[in-house]
Amino acid sequence: MGIPLLAIGPEPLALEPLIAAVTERGEATGADGAVATFLGLVRNHNVGRQVQYLEYEAYEPLALRAFERIATEIQVRWPDVRLALHHRIGRIEIGGVSVAIAAASPHRGHAFSACRYTIERIKQIAPIWKREFFDGGDVWIEGATADPDDAAALAEAERIACV
Amino acid sequence: MRVTVKLFARLRDITGTSEMVRDVVAGGTVRALWESLAAEFPELASYERSISTAVNADYARMSDPLADGDDVAFLPPVSGG
Repeated sequence: MGIPLLAIGPEPLALEPLIAAVTERGEATGADGAVATFLGLVRNHNVGRQVQYLEYEAYEPLALRAFERIATEIQVRWPDVRLALHHRIGRIEIGGVSVAIAAASPHRGHAFSACRYTIERIKQIAPIWKREFFDGGDVWIEGATADPDDAAALAEAERIACV
Repeated sequence: MRVTVKLFARLRDITGTSEMVRDVVAGGTVRALWESLAAEFPELASYERSISTAVNADYARMSDPLADGDDVAFLPPVSGG
């Protein structure tokens, strides 16, 4: 039994287990021609502020459902892609990994597109929040109003992913 | 009937709690529950146009009716990744 393809939790993230999880496909192992990966890192600056660290919070059961929804959307658009997506929560220091994505496919184009699509959709619909601790204070970062059925947001994610 | 309200990120900071129990009238909607919370915690009102909601850990609409025992989450704009 391998690691789950979709996960959220406080443990540090690494790409290698995700790459293994998406490329080991039982009897179909060996069919992939490409794995595209993405790591989201905590950076030391944001809109002119010197960032010390981030704290991530999530509504975990809904986040997993959002990840499942993203995986389903991937299956519709790129049926040959196998996706793994792990998001970390809790305090993460500068340079730490907050999110890790791996997308395997027989063809590189699908792998790249699925990987990009996944991170765009996470930012749109995953119930996850980052609190930025910077020199002089802290602030909750608020991005998109989460609406999985928002057609404009879906179209934007597809455009960025070059569907 | 009685529901459990879950609050996240800045909404939790504003209300000072991540979870609270509230009585709602039978057939009351998520929106009615939100409006009663906004009356109780006026700082919430600025989220009127930007919150999302989930009922029993599934995305829902503000117009959805509530049932006794529901878990109702209010979500400020998200910032994962």
